Parts: sequence; structure tokens; C-alpha cells
Amino acid sequence: MIDLVAFIPRAVAQSIPLLFGSTGEIITEKSGNLNLGIPGVMYVGGICGVIGSFLYESSLADPSQMNKFLAVLIPVACCLIGSLLMGLLYCFLTVNLRANQNVTGLAMTTFGVGFGNFFGGSLIKLTGANIPTISLGATSKVFRTTLPFAGSMGAFGKIFFSYGFLAYVAIAIALASSYVLNRTRVGLQLRAVGEDPATADAAGINITRYKYVATCLGCMIAGLGGLYYVMDYANGIWSNDAFGDRGWLAIALVIFTIWRPSVAIPASILFGGLYILYLFIPTGENLAIKELYKMLPYVVTIIVLVFSSLRNKRENQPPESLGLPYFREDR
Amino acid sequence: MIHISKRKELPLGQALAIRLGAIVLALVVCGAITTLFTGLNPISVYGAMINGAFGSQRKIWILLQETAILLCVSLALTPAFRMKFWNLGGEGQILIGGLASAACMILFGNTLPNGVVILLEIVCAIAAGAIWAFIPAFFKARWNTNETLFTLMMNYVATQIVAYFIIVWEVPKGSGQIGIINQSTEVGWLPQIGTYKYLLNIVLVALLTVLMYTYLNYSKHGYEISVVGESANTARYAGIKVDRVIMRTLLLSGAICGFAGLLLVGGTNHTITTTISGGRGFTAVMVAWLAKFNPAVMTASSLLLVFMGRGAGEISTTYGLNQSFGDILTGIILFFIIGVEFFITYRVRFEKKEKEATND
Repeated sequence: MIDLVAFIPRAVAQSIPLLFGSTGEIITEKSGNLNLGIPGVMYVGGICGVIGSFLYESSLADPSQMNKFLAVLIPVACCLIGSLLMGLLYCFLTVNLRANQNVTGLAMTTFGVGFGNFFGGSLIKLTGANIPTISLGATSKVFRTTLPFAGSMGAFGKIFFSYGFLAYVAIAIALASSYVLNRTRVGLQLRAVGEDPATADAAGINITRYKYVATCLGCMIAGLGGLYYVMDYANGIWSNDAFGDRGWLAIALVIFTIWRPSVAIPASILFGGLYILYLFIPTGENLAIKELYKMLPYVVTIIVLVFSSLRNKRENQPPESLGLPYFREDR
Repeated sequence: MIHISKRKELPLGQALAIRLGAIVLALVVCGAITTLFTGLNPISVYGAMINGAFGSQRKIWILLQETAILLCVSLALTPAFRMKFWNLGGEGQILIGGLASAACMILFGNTLPNGVVILLEIVCAIAAGAIWAFIPAFFKARWNTNETLFTLMMNYVATQIVAYFIIVWEVPKGSGQIGIINQSTEVGWLPQIGTYKYLLNIVLVALLTVLMYTYLNYSKHGYEISVVGESANTARYAGIKVDRVIMRTLLLSGAICGFAGLLLVGGTNHTITTTISGGRGFTAVMVAWLAKFNPAVMTASSLLLVFMGRGAGEISTTYGLNQSFGDILTGIILFFIIGVEFFITYRVRFEKKEKEATND
């Protein structure tokens, strides 16, 4: 049987980048923008945080004596600025210049992954180490600080309190955005923009502003996912391409949760679990089967996609104008 | 006050001039950025790029080969895109096609004669790619399932299936790779024309380009695809069976992707890895879109992207930058080309504020 006390914390840790990414993408998609650049944005968020904390750590004589507050603030700020710039770029191209969203998104992913790996590679060269990684142990330690009583609470503590603060931030953001989307006027107007921009425009809603704010906010949240991955999950070690295809998985989660950030919390933990399930299922000598288990999150997403279109319930559909540019004079 | 209005069709020359301007501007920005990172003078950077793409006979052959494969994938995606079906699953369809041809080479390499193996390979690769694209198309046609996301997910399913078979067939055991298949016998390798390793691929893709151009512009099927792309309702009213057109077109799209997989596995690398398609399924989306889904123009746009990639790669090796620098430059150029489309479709007029006030 699977050892649940060991399995659940790892599944949760695995799920947090996905949760950040999918919450960000849900907010973006609610404004009618299908941002396929999220994988790139998450890379950029991660590497910007790494650059920030690398500069801070190397400016100190002894990294272990660093100011804890600054050690968190600098990477988070760098990460947010980097992902914000990506968001602004996407908005400028798709909202102002009305470019095709799929193509823009794919170009952003090419750019973002290249950006992450290039600066990652350059920093690695700067450190002159033999191993192809950057290690930011001191910063990571601050990010991974858990509540002081977590260790003394046994299995319960391990399952609920063994994570760094960003994990709780992810859950808080998901809950908050769920509230804003469904219970406030701003959320209602945002959904209107995504469903039918022409009607929303006629009702006096500023389409451009809503699209900009939602997409940039979404990118910043997704960027934090990249930061969490490096600083917490990977113990502050950046190596190129390590983040892998988690960005696409985050986009898959958006469909899986049928565009609901609150559902994204359990769903991302489920995905995180499916993502690492192959490590916990005893397969003996047969290593090949493990590769098939890694397929699970994607297969599950496809099944959900098919079922939600089969049932065809109106509240379970993508935003009506998802992926379409809006031009007021184009009727 | 900025006033934006839709243009009428812009003359081709003018549109091309605008696009060319964007590319030049993008190259200037790329040069500036490279200079910023390397401290080199921009002229030598451009020199290195051209050298990387056209520097020697071998480099030119690689350039042509890469262009041919990318063009092949772009041609595959085009009929689907013309129908406004966003097939982002090229990556997976290539992989499955490649896997099918690798399977034929491995399983029948020692039992069947070479000619039969090659024939089997071609059939299997094309069928596998077609099936992989047909699955999302079927659900799209029947229940309007979102194809962008469905095809995207199919990529990863394909990647894991390939990873599975790589471990099943790995040589030697535990190495995690297959190595060159049938290295001594060369069974199942596509034939070589003379001494030119890549010529067959290039000729086949050139032929395909002409066929696709004719199919899209001069056949009944091509016409139906355009009508469905413009408006599914109009198509239905005109008596076109939309669901059948979707499924038929995606079968074709997937089949050509599978064929690209065959060219990669049977014609070029003679092995299979999970990264054999190298992001071409995604790059091809941009190639096709840049060319406005016109197969003839696609030759140019795929050459441009491959040139950029090869050139940027050369800069990275010459000046000791990391390979990903190429992706950054490609990204920047794409942003410019994507952005400039706006100025082709729309007209922007700047008007003074006072004038506007009197108008109101």
C-alpha cells in the first residue's frame, strides 16, 4: 500500500506550482484571454527570483547572516516584476494590437523558456561551479521555514504544516480569487468581459482595462508558481529545464476545474499526486510502466474535457469569447 | 487622439514591405541585445549569424533539411488552421508517427526484406499520425469539445507512450535510449539520393508543398475547408457536412505530421527519442500563421525561422553563450512579426485633441 504520510506532503508540494499557474490562468481566461504563454511566464518568474536572490546573496560576505525579510522580499519582488512585464507584453500584443492569442502565447513560451535557461546558464557560468546548477541554500531555507510547532505534531503536522509560506499564499490566493470572481461586482464585470465583450462594452465596462488587469495579475500569480518551485520545492537549486512541463499541466488544470479557482485547490493536489504516483507504485523491475503512469494527469484532463462537453451544461463551459480579440467597430 | 479603423485589403507589395520592415527592426533589436550581452560590435554578430546558417556546404544542407522538416509540419497544420481548428498537437502526431516507423524498423528489421519494411513504415507512420489527430477531431465534430486544449494534452500522452517504448526497446538495457536502429543492416532506412543525405527529405517536402497548394486552392475539399473556416453555419446552409469535413481534414493533417515523423526517424536520425520533434509542432503553428496559411509563403517563413535558430545557435557557440540565447532572439523576432500584423489589418491615424473637441 502507498505510505500516505509520505505521499500526501509530496503531492501537495508538487501541486503548489500547478495551483499558482492555474489560478493565474483562470483569472486570465475569465477576461477572454487564452494565455498559452503561462509556461514561459512561470520560467521567467522563477529565474527573476533566482537572479534577485543571487545578487543579494553574493552581495553579502556571509549568506547565512542575511536579513530574513529582505531575503524573501527581493526574490518575490523580482519575480512579480518579471512576470508583470510578460503580462504587459501579452496584453499589448493581443489587446492593443489584436494579435492572435494562440500564436502570441506560444511565442511567449518560446521566449520565456529561453529567457529562463539563458540566464540560468549564464549565472551558472558566473559561479564557475562544476555542476550545472545554481544553489541558493540560504534563501531557500528562509522560504522553507515552517511553523515552529509543525515538527512536534506527528503525522498531522506533516500533512498540514510542513510547507513553506508560499504554499499557504497559493491557497489563500485561490480562495480570494474564487470569492472575487463569484461574489463581487468586479468579478461579475470581469466574467461579462470574458463572455461577451460587446455587451459588457455597451454596459459601460472598460474592456481594455479589465483585460489588462486580469491578464497581468494572472501572470504575476503564475510567476509565483515558478518562484515556489525553485525556492521551496527544489531547495533553492536552479537547473535548466528542471521546471519541465508543469506550465502546460497548469493550463490543463484550468479545464479540469471547469474555470473555478476554489476547485483548483483539491484538483491541483490530485494532479500533484498523479504526477508523482509513479514513484510510489511498486512496479519492481518493470521501469517502463512508470512512464505510462506519468501519462495519468493528461489522460484525466482529456476525459474531463470530453465529459464537460458531453454534458453541455451552460455553467461548465469555457468563457464564450475565449481566445477572440475584441474590436469595438467589428460587429 | 488615436483613431483606428479596419483597412481594405492591402496590396501585397505594401504588406510585404511592412513585414520586411518589422523583420529588419527585429534584427536591429536582436543585434543591440546581443551586443549588450557580449560587448561585440553588431556587424560581427550578424556576420556570425549568416556564417552559422550559410557558412559551409554542410551548414547549408542542414539549413535546408531543417527548413524542409519544419515546412512539412507547417503544411500538415495548415488545412486544420484554415478551418479555424487549432491543432496544437503537431508535436504528438510527429512523435506517434516516428514511433510507428521505429516500431516497424525494430520489429521487422530482421524478418522482412528492406523494401517491405520501408513500405510498412510509411503506411504505419501515416496511419498513426492520422489516428492521433482524428481522436480530438471526432470529439470536436460530435460534441464541440475544445480542440486547442485536447490536442495540447495529446502531445504529452504521446510523449509518455514514446518514453515507455524507449525503455522497452532500449539498447543496451538500462541506458534509457534506443541508439541507431539497424545500424549494420540499414534496414528500414529511407534510401539516399546519391551522396546527399538530406536530398530525399527536401525533394519530398517540396513535392508536398505543391500538392498542398493545389489541394487547398483548386480542389473541392479545399473550398469546403475555407467555407467551414469562414462560418460553420454558412457551410451547413450550403449543404456541406461540417463534421465530416472536420474529421477528414484532421485525418489529413495528422497523416502529414506522421509523415514528418517518418522523415525524422526513417530518413534522418534512424532512432527515436522523446524530444525528436524538437518543438516543431509549436514552431510550425507560428510558421503557418505568419504565412497567413499560404503554402508558398510558408517556404519563406519556415526558412526565416530556421535561419534565425541556426544563426542564433552559431552566436551562442562562437561567443560562449548558452544555446537558449537562440530562443530569446527567435522570441523577440516573433513578437515583432506578430505585432506588425496589426498595422497591416488596421489603419492608425493620429489626430490632434483640439480637433476632436470641436467635432464633439
